Amino acid sequence: MTLYVILEAVISLLLIGGATFAFIGSMGMASMQDFFMRLHGPTKATTTGIGCILIGSMIYFGVLDRKPVVQELLITLFLFISAPVSAHLLGKAALHLKLERAEKTQGSPAEIDDDANSIKPEPYPEHGRTLVLTRKELEEKQRQ
Amino acid sequence: MLDMALTISLALILMAIVFNTFRLVYGPSMPDRILALDTMYVNSIALIVLLGLWLNTKTYFEAALLIAMLGFISTVAICKYLLRGDIIE
Repeated sequence: MTLYVILEAVISLLLIGGATFAFIGSMGMASMQDFFMRLHGPTKATTTGIGCILIGSMIYFGVLDRKPVVQELLITLFLFISAPVSAHLLGKAALHLKLERAEKTQGSPAEIDDDANSIKPEPYPEHGRTLVLTRKELEEKQRQ
Repeated sequence: MLDMALTISLALILMAIVFNTFRLVYGPSMPDRILALDTMYVNSIALIVLLGLWLNTKTYFEAALLIAMLGFISTVAICKYLLRGDIIE
């Protein structure tokens, strides 16, 4: 009898803890300033919360049926694998669209930096002449 | 004890879905809305699992698994569309 009370307490703790994690994640997504800040909440907190809720459900049905249940573990594994992939793709899409960033958001990748992209690399600077013609050389060649 | 925990967690998940709806409606950019939908399907899986605990059935887990797979695939598809302008090239 005592075992069931302890198991009920464990399941309740897992359910409430998981729901609190999911709530905190969604609250962070609703209230932060910047897309790159908003990405943090759902990817980490909400995934942890849903994992806790599913493990609580797994323990409940395992105790009820007196045999181990694996379906919930399958959903948990799938969510834990797929959450980082979707977050990575969302970050790539946001970088591609050049979304506005708050001042606190640090780092500027070279791929989206226009100043770094506009400088053409000089192939052989030590040979004195470049394979890529400059604009002045091109105009002289066309004049001849 | 379990009934009270179920009630509290259902209320918390519902409030989380309300926050997601807020971001879905007022999101300034497209990735914000995709992120809101992504979080919303994860929260709806939690809601379905809690409903299964409430009604004491195991019928709803297949629905939860289906929502997980389709939600992930749709997120990847919309992100691909934003990145490339096309889903299947």
